[in-house]
Amino acid sequence: MSTAVPAAYGALEGLPERETVHWRRRVDARSLRRRGRWWTATTVAHTVPFICAAIALGVLEPVTIPVSLALLAHAWAIPELYAARGANVLRPRRAAGAGPERRALLLLGDLIDDRARTLHAATGLVLERGELGTWILGEAGAVLVRPDGRRVFCYCVKASASDLPAGDRIAHLLLALRVNERDFATVANLAFSGAPWRLRRRLRPGQRGALRAALAR
Amino acid sequence: MSRLIRLDETGHTTLAEWSMEDRAAFEDAVVAFRAELDRGYFGIASLPDGRAEQIRELPFDAPTVILRRPIAGG
Repeated sequence: MSTAVPAAYGALEGLPERETVHWRRRVDARSLRRRGRWWTATTVAHTVPFICAAIALGVLEPVTIPVSLALLAHAWAIPELYAARGANVLRPRRAAGAGPERRALLLLGDLIDDRARTLHAATGLVLERGELGTWILGEAGAVLVRPDGRRVFCYCVKASASDLPAGDRIAHLLLALRVNERDFATVANLAFSGAPWRLRRRLRPGQRGALRAALAR
Repeated sequence: MSRLIRLDETGHTTLAEWSMEDRAAFEDAVVAFRAELDRGYFGIASLPDGRAEQIRELPFDAPTVILRRPIAGG
């Protein structure tokens, strides 16, 4: 696939799917920074009251220390649940039959280079470098690792057909991402944003290699 | 040999193949391409720099054109 396709062939500027979310502002580096700060502020706002209440109860009425511990558990669990939701976007979906899966893999293999093929064989995920950062593509979601490696954005996004084999689901996302990265991020729904280490702990062990590779780029 | 491929539940289906010399095969591919667009598929052609382009007409000289379904936030 090496021939350039002239714009005369009715090439579109971006993804047509963006029309379905026309009210959203197009994602760019600046909006990602703002969105990331907002996620951090929201997480803090959800956890700090629990911590303050736990300390206050423990100091004012030591007999309520079990309640304080429950509140601290809440403060710990909320960010963990957010991170788990982020990791969930890369969770493998139900496999199709062996034949379709193999055929889909053949096509996906044609779309990516040797390094990406090796990583996919090990993790089931595909890495793709973009202008906003490095993307990790799964079957029903994508994770954007920002260039400084300090923050990840986890997106729920998938092909509208539900009966596709795994390789085809990833190929759908890969092709859409290659058409227009900013539109891709705009169409997708943000499930989590935070530090990579928070996501890493919640990823399946077999998938962590993809995050490591994305951070190393 | 250029190919028109549809991503579907079978893994993928080659809908048409054509070459620079075979204009009739290309015309058949155009008909197949338009029929899939009408069914809601999107046409994608790859560019040499690794990007891809969403297309509404079948390029004669593109080695591979892939038809995909729309994507949406989950």
